[in-house]
Amino acid sequence: MSEFLIKAEHIGLQINQRQILDDISLSIKPGEILTLIGPNGSGKTSLVRVLLGLLETNQGRLSKKEELVIGYMPQKFHIDAVLPMSVLRFLQMGIKASIDEIQNTAKELGIEALLNQPVQSVSGGEFQRILLTRALLRKPDLLVLDEPAQGVDINGQQQLYQLISKIRDDYDCGVLMVSHDLHLVMEATDQVLCLNTHICCTGHPEAVSKHPEYLKLFGSSLDGMAVYTHNHDHSHDFNAEADAPNCSTCEHKEHDHG
Amino acid sequence: MDEFIVRALLAGMLVVLVSGPLGCVVVWRRMSYFGDALAHAALLGTAVALMLDMSPLFGVIIIGALVSYLLMRLQRKKDLSSDAILGILSHGALACGLVMMAIMQSQGQRVDIMAYLFGDILSVSWQYVAWLGALCIVVLMLMYRLWELVLSIAVHEELARSEGVAVDRVRLIFMLLMAVLVAVAMKIVGIILITALLIIPAASARRFASSPENMVVMAIVFGLMSVATGIFASMQWDTPAGPSIVLASVSLFFASRLKPVS
Repeated sequence: MSEFLIKAEHIGLQINQRQILDDISLSIKPGEILTLIGPNGSGKTSLVRVLLGLLETNQGRLSKKEELVIGYMPQKFHIDAVLPMSVLRFLQMGIKASIDEIQNTAKELGIEALLNQPVQSVSGGEFQRILLTRALLRKPDLLVLDEPAQGVDINGQQQLYQLISKIRDDYDCGVLMVSHDLHLVMEATDQVLCLNTHICCTGHPEAVSKHPEYLKLFGSSLDGMAVYTHNHDHSHDFNAEADAPNCSTCEHKEHDHG
Repeated sequence: MDEFIVRALLAGMLVVLVSGPLGCVVVWRRMSYFGDALAHAALLGTAVALMLDMSPLFGVIIIGALVSYLLMRLQRKKDLSSDAILGILSHGALACGLVMMAIMQSQGQRVDIMAYLFGDILSVSWQYVAWLGALCIVVLMLMYRLWELVLSIAVHEELARSEGVAVDRVRLIFMLLMAVLVAVAMKIVGIILITALLIIPAASARRFASSPENMVVMAIVFGLMSVATGIFASMQWDTPAGPSIVLASVSLFFASRLKPVS
């Protein structure tokens, strides 16, 4: 048995002759949070789907810890109103957890008041926490969260990311998270992997935020990013407007775009 | 009460017991077009059965399974939408069935196409009712065992898959159960109206249900009321039984809309 929960080596994926993923290697250890960032269409969700085994690929090697339990929280989805279902029933579906267990976990995530409501009646942020509860009830070794903050306002996002790091501490599980906003996940993550079909850069969040490859991908969209308030207890020295122009000229030659 | 009415009522009720749960899933997963396709394929199944001199029930089930399998195969290549594929299979099978039946007719074989298209519930035999009962019990038992899996797929297929549900297998079994339902419902309301029997009671049940299981029970209740009302209306006014059942079902649906959304 390895010390890794999941390890990908040189994963590649082609769909209809289009390269979706190219030479991706990564690994997640217990208690570690890895965040995938990248622009739309960069292959983040495809990579997650490959790691989950939802998408087959024959390029590269994927190894998982034996009997790895994954708690998956898909991108925000919609349960059709024609399907009557309470939050509790949604949480119970497919697991053998007792009511007590469900109530305790629901309490931890602050959704215990919603249990008897129709699952369609909750807000975006509440639904994300419900999905997280569902993933946690499976007692996962690895949590896979695809855009967990989607449809949640800025304050709610910070709370959600804090919750995720707390879950990592309490459950000692690994976390793989997809996000397109490095700013907000910065504090909650140990490792960042910046993806654009290939791995652009990877490392500690602060290092990635200054990496020319990262700035090249996100540079223009970072203008004005510093406007909203950050109530951080330490500073990140992150000034996109100053850095971006330097990097607009950098070409990356180390990758071969075949 | 005449015995043939008892048989008709019994047959209708057995079918409704199965169409309740299946219909709910069809409504949740928006599969009504698939139901239609299977129903159309049932005409081909009947034609094949007549040609091979076997029971239409089994001809319909076999052709339905074949169409489901073809559908799954064609869906894997993503260059056509399910919608288009279903249209092709559905009408292809229907046309094929009609041509085969016309050929049989021209060769002097008596084929009552109308009975297949519009149902013939008042003429079912005890033997047929027994077969119906056996098939319905099998379908119900399988649905009961697969229920959590079917439900989790209806909620979110990828989530179910990531949680270890054998999605493809469950889907295939569900399609086979649908094929069985079409086979047994054909005699009741006819090929053209089978989808109605699936969808309308389930839709009527929605406002009376707070859980998926609840909705299934209510769909069965609405189905039973439709069958009883339809058959008695058909006796009373000498109208065709199948369409009368569906008409009763539609009336109940509109009545159900009177209940305010809870």
